[in-house]
Amino acid sequence: MNSWTGWIKGALAGVAMLGAGAAQAAPVEINFYYPVAIGGPVTKIVEDLIARFEADHPDIKVKPVYSGTYPETISKALTAYRAGQPPEVAVMLSTDMYTLIDEDAIVPFDDFVRTDEDKAWLEGFFPVFMVNSEHDGKTWGVPFQRGTTLFFWNKDAFKEVGLDPEKGPQNWDEVVEFATKLTKREADGNVSRWGMQVPSSLTSYWLLQGYVAQNDGKIADETGTQTRFDSPEVVEALQYWVDLAHKHKVMKPGVIEWATNPKDFFEGRAAMITTTSGNLTNIKTNAPFPFGVQILPEHKKRGAPTSGGNAYIFNGVAPEKQEAAFQFVKWLSSPEQAAEWSIKTGYIAAREDAWATDAMKAYVAEFPGALVPHEQIPYMVPELSTHENQRISRVIDDAIEASLTAKKEPAQALSDAQTEADRILEDYRD
Amino acid sequence: MKKTNNMVVPWLLLLPATVLLAAFTHIPAVMTFINSFYRTPRGNRPARFVGMDHYSSMLSDPVFMAALKNNAIYALGTVPAAIALSMLMAVIVNSAIRGRALMRMSFFLPTVLPMIAVANIWLFFYTPGYGLIDQFLGLFGFHERNWLGDPDTVLGSLMVLAIWKEAGFFMIFYLAALQQISPTLSEAAALEGTSRWYFFRRVTFPLLMPTTLFVMINAIINSFRLIDHVIVMTRGGPDNASTLLLYYVYNVAFRFWDTAYASALTVVLLAVLALLAFVQFGVLDRKVHYK
Repeated sequence: MNSWTGWIKGALAGVAMLGAGAAQAAPVEINFYYPVAIGGPVTKIVEDLIARFEADHPDIKVKPVYSGTYPETISKALTAYRAGQPPEVAVMLSTDMYTLIDEDAIVPFDDFVRTDEDKAWLEGFFPVFMVNSEHDGKTWGVPFQRGTTLFFWNKDAFKEVGLDPEKGPQNWDEVVEFATKLTKREADGNVSRWGMQVPSSLTSYWLLQGYVAQNDGKIADETGTQTRFDSPEVVEALQYWVDLAHKHKVMKPGVIEWATNPKDFFEGRAAMITTTSGNLTNIKTNAPFPFGVQILPEHKKRGAPTSGGNAYIFNGVAPEKQEAAFQFVKWLSSPEQAAEWSIKTGYIAAREDAWATDAMKAYVAEFPGALVPHEQIPYMVPELSTHENQRISRVIDDAIEASLTAKKEPAQALSDAQTEADRILEDYRD
Repeated sequence: MKKTNNMVVPWLLLLPATVLLAAFTHIPAVMTFINSFYRTPRGNRPARFVGMDHYSSMLSDPVFMAALKNNAIYALGTVPAAIALSMLMAVIVNSAIRGRALMRMSFFLPTVLPMIAVANIWLFFYTPGYGLIDQFLGLFGFHERNWLGDPDTVLGSLMVLAIWKEAGFFMIFYLAALQQISPTLSEAAALEGTSRWYFFRRVTFPLLMPTTLFVMINAIINSFRLIDHVIVMTRGGPDNASTLLLYYVYNVAFRFWDTAYASALTVVLLAVLALLAFVQFGVLDRKVHYK
């Protein structure tokens, strides 16, 4: 369908040009697939941005295509690619980079970066966000919408049990200590408020990574072919998490849903939670009590995971379309637009110069909580990203779930996961 | 001349159906079977013939074994329960009681609702602490339970939803069958003074057997085919305690992009279904009483 309309348009444009002999070329049309993983009028924000881009670049037309969730977006983009009709640009998880490279579906940005201005733009991103964007000395995607996890607490609950409401726990031991005070057990043994809650339904490896970073360990090498699930630092980190539920009994046992976690917080059923920075606006709007937000507590050191989406340019489309796609991505991730996107959605602006724009300064002055993710950037570690990433992340998620539901000891679960990961990644090692 | 016409017209009439069936059923099925013997091609690595490798690695794939076991439990749990419940509901709404139309409608309602919507509603029912079920059980002093977050309760929770969703649909078939049963039978039985239970067991139930066979085959297929609620509510977790076969196939094919292994899994899934249908038709059909 697209190819037909494209063909007809092209033919008509050709006829028009022949007839009039006009020098005016038809604008290059590119498709932009983007997912929506957060609340808010994202479609509207995207359309506004594109309208302004097109006003600046009359020779390029961008067709935005809302493509569902992140997994749906990569499914659609790869299916379209296999059918010979890839989108020119798509926003997909930064951790899907190896999958996209293995499919030969994307092209590196390096070929398009020519001028000094281009180079300055590419170097402006925070290095930690670039680790999940680079492979083999090339840049395969650029950070578009990135996040991290933050620590929230209920100030009213803190007051109630005699804790300083302005000060959250600063390390692992304090978390346990505070959570023990905050956990409220009724006479019949029913718990009406848990001290601490960490979500553990899918992509829980992401939260584990925070604990591992704080424990001075690594969940995987940056080569994309070797995981370190059974290393002592990872085992200790998972053990600490599991202990919150089973030893200290300050966290709801079993698997905690991502969506339920902030709701439990609003309902006063969880006094402290860890959740994605994407929930900042949600919590600011919906928490019926004063809340505190801070970077994650430390253990051996500070540490936090990154997450989120990169913009990728696809293989298998005409060079002038790729060039137009590059111009679009560059414009979209330049300081002003990065700041605007961050303010309107809650994602972290991935470059320092975006934080220096007037719009961002005004926003931070009005809502200081927005600065917390920025404060965490120096401590961030790249997200788990390997070949066959979806499969590997499922393996480690299963291990975390098995431990939290007390089906396996953390050490056993992680050693099983490592064996499975080795089997999957074997093919990709030289 | 006339003879060729005779040959051409039927083939032309068959053509649309043949093309559609071939394009969307037969060719994909054959391709799936063939692909299951090759390794998934990726970018610069072409497909390679691996023979039975995918099938033998299934045996040592813990997630596949878990999915197989879960699906067996799921089918054994949901199919008889849904059949019994739908039969019961049909008998109730077939009798002359007050508010019959309202009851028929409310029994049928779950069937009309889209599974995705239903799953989202039930997600709230099962929320630990303040979900509907925990609030209700709390009245009787039960503690809160993490229904979907505990491997011991998650599959059962999904099964309850499935039974609730399916029974209304099957009730329609039973209701139609019940209305076909001649009233002279019950009048005769009433004259003889048989109890209602005895009448149901010796007359109604046997006469419903053709419907039961039909419903059972559909229910079993559905228990392997419907996974929308798994995707919405648990995504197979925790630790694959609610992973069903088709959901695993979907994951392998469209999340892990291992289409060859997914093909092999699909072949196994189809073989299981074919075997079950064969057993049902072959064994039960002989015992079914058709008029």
